[in-house]
Amino acid sequence: MYTDKVMDHFSNPRNIGSLENPSGVGEVGNARCGDIMKIYIKVENNIITDARFKTFGCGAAIATSSMATEMVKGKTLEEALNLTNKVVTEALGGLPNEKLHCSVLAEEAIHAAIADYREKQKSS
Amino acid sequence: MNKIYLDNAATTFVRREVADKMLSYFTDCYGNASSVYSTGRDAKKAIEDARRQVAKALNCQAAEVFFTSGGTESDNWAIKGAALANADKGKHIISSTIEHHAVLHTLEFLQKQGYEVTYVKVDEFGMVDPEDVRSAIREDTVLITIMAANNEIGTIQPISEIGRIARERKVLFHTDAVQAIGAIPVDVEEMGVDLLSLSAHKFYGPKGVGALYVRKGVRLEPLMHGGAQERGRRAGTENVPGIIGLGAAIEIAALKQKENAARIAALRDDLQQSILENIPEVRLNGHPVNRLPNNLNISVKYIEGEALLLMLDLAGIAGSSGSACTSGSLDPSHVLLAIGLPHEIAHGSLRLTLSEDTTREEIDEVKRVLPQIVQRLREMSPLYEKENHHVH
Ligand code: FES
Repeated sequence: MYTDKVMDHFSNPRNIGSLENPSGVGEVGNARCGDIMKIYIKVENNIITDARFKTFGCGAAIATSSMATEMVKGKTLEEALNLTNKVVTEALGGLPNEKLHCSVLAEEAIHAAIADYREKQKSS
Repeated sequence: MNKIYLDNAATTFVRREVADKMLSYFTDCYGNASSVYSTGRDAKKAIEDARRQVAKALNCQAAEVFFTSGGTESDNWAIKGAALANADKGKHIISSTIEHHAVLHTLEFLQKQGYEVTYVKVDEFGMVDPEDVRSAIREDTVLITIMAANNEIGTIQPISEIGRIARERKVLFHTDAVQAIGAIPVDVEEMGVDLLSLSAHKFYGPKGVGALYVRKGVRLEPLMHGGAQERGRRAGTENVPGIIGLGAAIEIAALKQKENAARIAALRDDLQQSILENIPEVRLNGHPVNRLPNNLNISVKYIEGEALLLMLDLAGIAGSSGSACTSGSLDPSHVLLAIGLPHEIAHGSLRLTLSEDTTREEIDEVKRVLPQIVQRLREMSPLYEKENHHVH
């Protein structure tokens, strides 16, 4: 049911784990199935230099976390905010319909991490 | 890589000797069993032999056995058929919260048609209390339907006790014995049931064929209308090869039940013990003792079932899960919720069900691989980290 690309990112996920002193952290939950995704980012000069994730979820959720963290690295915050779940899903060669909501989780987690970073910037 | 198949509650392989017996009914003895010419008569005779084989295994009369297309049809027929035929007496049915969807969705359908259903609760082990069934009985109760053994957690229900209560109160009693045949002793007299569903592909027979036991004198509306097959109670040209396969499979299943149960349970117990000892924060689901011999259902904290199944599949091991992510509907298993598991624990459930061909080597391989997979997934889990397990 999953593409080879999804299975590749599922069985060899990139960027698992957390970051020491992250610039921003975003944690979101999936209301539909109860899964959770947490993304850590490091930001230097408005560019995401590193990203890590932790996911409690299905194969699609793990694969999209992996792909999304790969894709935001090296991007400006604005570019990263424009990274939709559709783009991430396409990069994975597609997902089964009932798994599309899992990819939304990755998009939301990145947005949350950037919002957290901007929040911290303001207060410092 | 050799595949290790541990999803036998979903379906089993077909026994070679069963498949062999079926073959000639496709190619040689293919006549319509309703016909007068000899190939039809031979098919008819073979069907009646299979009916006797089923009757012997269940301890009933051959005339009380009706062939169907499987467990789902048998459940539908028993419940709708009894409800319709007895509507003059009342429209109340008693069932449990952990039945198979073939029962639950049939009951939901009847509720829309004006029937009332009481679902008795189960305890933390998935066990129905017969006294709850007794107190749910009303003047207008026409049917009790409680499964013999649960397909997810394997809990074996006190069917004989419920049967006594049903008989005392003169209420029809149906049991879905789909998981029970071949695994535990099944005897309709012992159990005190009026209706019993079974399905061949759970005991090394073919898919697409099952049977319903209907006690003599029980009123039941047919579900299938048409020809006069199955003494006018279930129309449709008989699935002759399937029925032959079912007959052969149930005969062997009954013969080997005791020996198989002991051997399979020993392997299962060994796997269970190893998992509980070597993987922290794992919970055993289902009854610790009164459980199907081949069933092992666990919840692994902090991880999600579909991811676990995929990892196991990559390691050549096939299992199943009650996780929301595997369900399509995105709801976790109703059985796991009914035994009181919170969503996130139900989410990390894994069901492994053994067959009579499961080997010691296969079990050893699962014992070796599973802890590594669990550790890997836990290291990815934000929940694991929250509970202060230090990982980076
Ligand atoms: S995260 Fe639950 S279905 Fe994908």
